[in-house]
Amino acid sequence: MRKYVPKDSVQKKAYYTDRFHVVPSTPREDVSTDEVFAKHLETLSAKVDVKSARIELGSMVVEIDHKDNYKAVETLRDECGYAQLTEMSAVDYLAKDGNFEVFYQLLNLKEVKRMRLVMRIEQGLAVESVVPLYKSANFAEREMFDMFGIVSNNHPFMKRILMPEDWEGHPLLKTYPLQGDEFASWYEVDKIFGKDAREAIGPENRDSARIDRYDSKRFSRVGYEVPFGAELTPENETKTEIEYSKTFLVDYTKKSGKQLDKRK
Amino acid sequence: MQQPNKLSPFFENLNFERDDNTMVINFGPQHPSAHGQLRLVLELEGEQVVKAYPDIGYLHRGIEKMAENMTYNEFLPTTDRLDYIASTSNNYAYALAVEKLLGIEAPRRAQVIRTMLLELNRIISHLFFVATHALDVGAMSVFLYAFREREFAMDLMEDYCGARLTHSSVRIGGVPLDIPDGWLTQMRAFCDNVDYELEHTYNALLQENRIWKMRLEDVGVISPEDALSWGCTGPMLRGSGIAYDIRKEEPYELYSELDFDIPVADTNDSYGRYRLYMAEMKESTKIIRQLIPMYDETEPQLMAHAPQYISAPKEEIMTQNYALMQHFVLVTQGMRPPKGEVYVPTESPKGELGFYIKSEGEPYAYRLKCRAPSFFHTGLLQELLVGTYIADVVTIIGSTNIVFGEVDR
Repeated sequence: MRKYVPKDSVQKKAYYTDRFHVVPSTPREDVSTDEVFAKHLETLSAKVDVKSARIELGSMVVEIDHKDNYKAVETLRDECGYAQLTEMSAVDYLAKDGNFEVFYQLLNLKEVKRMRLVMRIEQGLAVESVVPLYKSANFAEREMFDMFGIVSNNHPFMKRILMPEDWEGHPLLKTYPLQGDEFASWYEVDKIFGKDAREAIGPENRDSARIDRYDSKRFSRVGYEVPFGAELTPENETKTEIEYSKTFLVDYTKKSGKQLDKRK
Repeated sequence: MQQPNKLSPFFENLNFERDDNTMVINFGPQHPSAHGQLRLVLELEGEQVVKAYPDIGYLHRGIEKMAENMTYNEFLPTTDRLDYIASTSNNYAYALAVEKLLGIEAPRRAQVIRTMLLELNRIISHLFFVATHALDVGAMSVFLYAFREREFAMDLMEDYCGARLTHSSVRIGGVPLDIPDGWLTQMRAFCDNVDYELEHTYNALLQENRIWKMRLEDVGVISPEDALSWGCTGPMLRGSGIAYDIRKEEPYELYSELDFDIPVADTNDSYGRYRLYMAEMKESTKIIRQLIPMYDETEPQLMAHAPQYISAPKEEIMTQNYALMQHFVLVTQGMRPPKGEVYVPTESPKGELGFYIKSEGEPYAYRLKCRAPSFFHTGLLQELLVGTYIADVVTIIGSTNIVFGEVDR
């Protein structure tokens, strides 16, 4: 029987897991332990519905509903002084919880505070674009769409950014294999020569250690050298003895009595 | 218009007139001053750019995907390939993020060495910037001089870790090697040399050079509001008059103990940014000079002691059974950090380089996002280039100092 591989996540799994291993968690603090964050959270929760909030490893993490994202980001920018959106992207939780986690990483330069606004969103739903608030979201939202397929509404140019425009699939989904899928393996052949050429060209070689001993053009044959481009088949392959230079070699098999190790 | 089919393909670099009398040209992706694989589609009206569209992704290798399928230590050499001009800063940003997730701290000596390497790398990267920027604008000789100094810096890196570009010399939990004999003396000589050359060669060649100033002054003006909104960091942000340096504001490693200044330019243009890079190199040598005496006061320990996550030193592995077992488990299975998420920003030579790591307690990161400064600086180009002349496009691209290893990842 073939080994069962779960289809919803093809990410590499741990080879061995201890049944009794309890996974520890990073230290999490209450937001009230930090005055500035507490103030920001208060301002935010007055405007939108805050699901949960904590301080994790020095930065505040606030979870909100995905419908409130624009309002929340706007409040944080205008009233809490988060002047820069340093990063935004998503995390794929489709296999585990059936949704994505979208996060906005914000920076307050005046008070030197960083916070992360997170929200869960189901597959197929779109988020409201924050490009009118932060222009840095322009590229970041396009990247999120490219990698996860999460569309941003009212984005000025919602196109793929890193992958080619006619690409199929979203590479950072857990269902997408690391080596690429069927479409990816034939992409270049299909695009340049057409689908009919698939058979003539053959699948792409992905084995970096592959050696073709009968290919005299791309592979050297140490000890069995033949002229460049010589036609080689298993029949006409001649064997020549490997001749090593005798100059620097010591014949260890011969009992010459030469002491190599001084300690003996 | 072209009518592409199988026999006559679409020629991307054919200039063609459009109905509204604008011309579309493709800049790159194989253009020597595109700093890698930038394809810039420019719509021109005469010589003026009316629309610019940066098309990226020609160097996309899926590094974030790879990170999800590699153990934490396996991934470290891959980070070299992000910003390949300054690989130590990538290694360091990644190592620091994982360390913060694990809750460990590198020993003092490792911190001194790391900070020294980071600053050396900053000099390497900034010299590269000055060299290529000047070359793009047309000053060939600066390129030759700057590469000479950069070569000395790379020799120092080579003496330390054996590699010149892809160092991997910062590991999770410390550094793998101690400084070789006489390295600090060479380092001091190098700092003196850089300071001298900055003053007598680069400044003499460029600072008050009439052509250089004409090409750079008032070119690529970014207002402070735009710089913040577009997510500009590092010299791009400080070039717009906002003094925010992560080394100073959110100090990591030894930066809180060191005395250095944050140069700021308020002209908002390419010339101001160029001045900034030159001033930052001076600050870097100042930092390295302070670090050299600090090295002697440290204990020889190089890797943090955290047996659950980090292998013991080689001597212990070779002599003690338990250390060997730990090492075996860590090599074959990889470390399992606690469950949680972390975002750690660092000041790389290009700007804010941060790693967001989401861990589910597995040896493989559940999600790793690399916040690359150049990615956002490339996004800025679509607005910055509009209204400029085609001759300034190259200056502006050079001045943003983007590296495509980290734009495309």
